[in-house]
Amino acid sequence: MAKLPAPQDLLASRPPFQGEHWLDIKPDFVPGGFCYPAKKETMELLHMPNPHEWDPAADDWGLPENWEQTICDAFAERLEKHRSLKLFMDICVRCGACADKCHFFLGTNDPKNMPVLRAELLRSLYRRDHTMLGKLLGKTIGARGWDKNVVKELFCYAYQCTECRRCSLFCPYGIDTAEITMIVRELLHEVGLGTHWIMDPVKNCSFTGNHLGIQPHSFVEIVEMLADDCETVTGIRPKTPFNQKNAEILFITPSGDVFADPGIYTFMGYLMLFHELDLDYTFSTYASEGGNFGSFTSFNMAKKLNAKMYAEAERLNAKWILGGECGHMWRVINQYMDTYNGPAPANMILPVSPITGTTFTNASSTKMVHIAEFTADLIHHNKLNFDPGRNDHIITTFHDSCNPARGLGLLDEPRYVLNAVCNNFVEMPENTIREQTFCCGAGSGLNTEEIMELRMRAGMPRGNALRYVQQKFGVNHMACVCAIDRATLPPLANYWAPGVTVSGLHELVANALVMKGEQKRTMDLRQEDLPGVEEDESAAQEGEGE
Amino acid sequence: MFLSLLLVLLIGAVAWAGSAVGFASLFGVALPYLALAVFIVGMVCRMAYWAKSPVPFCIPTTGGQEQSLDFIKQAKFDCPNTRIGVFVRMFLEIFLFRSLFRNTQADLVGNNGTGTVYYSSKWLWCFALVFHYCFLLVFLRHFRFFTEPVPFWTTCLETLDGVMQIGAPRFFMTGGILLAALLFLLGRRVFNEQLRYISLVNDYFPLWLLVGIVCTGVCLRYFDKAEIAMVKIFIMGITHFSPVSPDGITPLFFAHVTLVSALLLYFPFSKLAHMGGIFFSPTRNMANNSRRVRHINPWNPPKQYFTYAEYEDTYRDVMAEVGLPLEKEPDRAAE
Amino acid sequence: MYNAKTVITGIIIFIVLCTAPFWVGLTGKNYKSTGIVLPKDEKNCVENVKFMRAEHMRLLNEWRDEALRKENRTYIASDGKKWSISLQNTCLNCHSDYKEFCEKCHVANSVYPYCWTCHIIPGESK
Repeated sequence: MAKLPAPQDLLASRPPFQGEHWLDIKPDFVPGGFCYPAKKETMELLHMPNPHEWDPAADDWGLPENWEQTICDAFAERLEKHRSLKLFMDICVRCGACADKCHFFLGTNDPKNMPVLRAELLRSLYRRDHTMLGKLLGKTIGARGWDKNVVKELFCYAYQCTECRRCSLFCPYGIDTAEITMIVRELLHEVGLGTHWIMDPVKNCSFTGNHLGIQPHSFVEIVEMLADDCETVTGIRPKTPFNQKNAEILFITPSGDVFADPGIYTFMGYLMLFHELDLDYTFSTYASEGGNFGSFTSFNMAKKLNAKMYAEAERLNAKWILGGECGHMWRVINQYMDTYNGPAPANMILPVSPITGTTFTNASSTKMVHIAEFTADLIHHNKLNFDPGRNDHIITTFHDSCNPARGLGLLDEPRYVLNAVCNNFVEMPENTIREQTFCCGAGSGLNTEEIMELRMRAGMPRGNALRYVQQKFGVNHMACVCAIDRATLPPLANYWAPGVTVSGLHELVANALVMKGEQKRTMDLRQEDLPGVEEDESAAQEGEGE
Repeated sequence: MFLSLLLVLLIGAVAWAGSAVGFASLFGVALPYLALAVFIVGMVCRMAYWAKSPVPFCIPTTGGQEQSLDFIKQAKFDCPNTRIGVFVRMFLEIFLFRSLFRNTQADLVGNNGTGTVYYSSKWLWCFALVFHYCFLLVFLRHFRFFTEPVPFWTTCLETLDGVMQIGAPRFFMTGGILLAALLFLLGRRVFNEQLRYISLVNDYFPLWLLVGIVCTGVCLRYFDKAEIAMVKIFIMGITHFSPVSPDGITPLFFAHVTLVSALLLYFPFSKLAHMGGIFFSPTRNMANNSRRVRHINPWNPPKQYFTYAEYEDTYRDVMAEVGLPLEKEPDRAAE
Repeated sequence: MYNAKTVITGIIIFIVLCTAPFWVGLTGKNYKSTGIVLPKDEKNCVENVKFMRAEHMRLLNEWRDEALRKENRTYIASDGKKWSISLQNTCLNCHSDYKEFCEKCHVANSVYPYCWTCHIIPGESK
């Protein structure tokens, strides 16, 4: 990883707008500015069209011979399939309300990162091929034809969008750039262009069930290790049920939480919570990935990866599915899953919390409940004992992840939980949270090392908001409900607000959770000493000595 | 920008000169009929074109808390889960520009420029709303030319609009405000760097066209006055499909009519189609209830995925090693 | 077409609204002439016909200001003729039939000047 400039230099180095018209500016591919391309074997294995080796920095991307026809046909097909696309191509008035809503634009000042212009890249092509005036007047009214530089430009900016939908919230017509980005990525995949950091996990999720391609036995062993760690901290070893038939609940969470710090602590949190509740549940090694890298590729790929959830719930005869903390996973579950792969298998029933008896009527068709809803309900019914004092050494804020915020509407449940398990919870400024939340800057498959500077730029709005509460309220912790956030926010915090740690919601839950028969906690889930505990003990010993 | 200004001036000038030399019927009768027909047919076709594509997924942008647990308060209109909620959301969007009302402006602050603030910025919302409503009122006021007798509501509107009782004929505020709002919207495009960069001829042209319409309209009322009784007789001739001679009406009137016709002709083929489009927007007009009600995708492709059976076949031995329950034990599977 | 019911309803509403100027007009009468009755014994007004038709409201406004604010009761027309500035005695002297003259255009075009908040409408009883 190249050395990053200091934050103030990063911002100072944002170039001003160029004098040239944007139609005349060609995309520039310098190392650090693009994601590595997907490998040919990966694409072949996944039966993606036109797999080939190519290099974004090279002049020739090795597009197939009939690339223009392929892409034009694919575009026309998408227009027939998605009303949203037709509409979003037609009705933008370029009012500019979206411009400074995009974290990529704020961080780079690249005009083509204004959502309106990102969409205009495709709209200019639409004008020429699908509108009367565009055919007649051409460039005068911003229409253009396809050429290889246009393809490069689309690739460049489709992978500088995290599909966070913040622009769509502010758009007076609800034009959703995420929709456009998804479709542009589909078009690029038609001519064999994809990125390694997305397609490799897609391959792994497809064939092993998790994005790193860990085989089932290793997966189980890792989870066992995490259970051992729980025991170290609490004296209780939580059970780790795998592939159990007839369990009431199938639990699915992003596999990143099994492998990567700090997600693993959130995962330990789940283990401890379920153990404490004596929940009748099971993990699955087959459907062990909640996150859906396919949704960064194409609708069909998302469907394909998502299909495993219902298939496994059916095989295991589970009554309903509980979903872990994850961002795009929940966009897919809320807005796509039932449509893709529903209706839910016949063995599944309306989700009812076995502990509180609450029916989750809002999930009556997908039969899939978010863990934050589940836990908030437990807390509301006083089913859990907490010692929030154990989280007193942190002053936490909460990062709303884009997809739960703008694709699901999950805003208050995590806050409800957070308020129950922490004594110090501070919100970031109001235009950067809840439905107006800023992306971590690396969602939708951009969480890759080679574009670290770009990620830090895109993370600028979030980073600044975090630093603001760090300086003003002494915030030293940020909770989130997204596995990608848990991977992307630590470097972001490290860069923009050093000293702030990042964790999932359920890590804090488990830290505060008083389990039946647990040993006195002297450390948190990260096995770091809890401040205050030892002094208390020594003070108590001194007291006894007197 | 100047190109579109020139174009608008050209259209106005041609109509003005043309009707002065005896082609008034062309600009005053034939063109409006044609324009209105093109406008209606064009917009209907555009809406049918949108409707021909399905909405494969339920993709509302949730602008607040979803409906979930009893003790969590739902944002009923920003994140509706019922038809009524969606109706209210669409109503707020269309009549009050809810989304634009959220608008903020990002600015860098701090001594080294690394702090960001987001000011609430309601100017665009305000002027956009004012523009659309004044335009509507001005259009409704014109019903005094379309009806005999003039309906009561038109008279009421005029009384309210001219309540300041400035001059004779009385000054209608909507006309002035409309012009001011248009100039603001135009000014943004010229003076705001981001907007200047994204603005195309397609953005300036309708603005200039509207400015042209408003200016000619204002002139007809206050300066180069059209003879109102003759104008009404002429317009009633058109709406009753029995056009009368345009003789004696000032050419400026035909410039006004021609510019309006140009707007109608341009409407369905341009961004102005947002008038109909907003109703179709799937991120606004759908309920966030996709976990409760299954949304159907008409082109949903068949399921194709790596099945559990294939998975177990691939990993059976290692799964057995760690004691994972299997559908087929390794020795049996080999048989 | 998808969501056909809603879309077609919308399209019908759109068409109905857009053609409102036509069918709203058709519900009432046509308006083919003003039906104005000019004074029988006088052929010339203060200024020429074209000017009077377009600008009479401005002239009346000026007259009001001259008479009431500047106490000037004499108007010199563009042909040099002198007129006494007075609605009651000059204008209404010839245009004595309110219903057949003023109202013919004003009502049809929804013009409601505030002349009559001070002046008495000719022909109306005191």
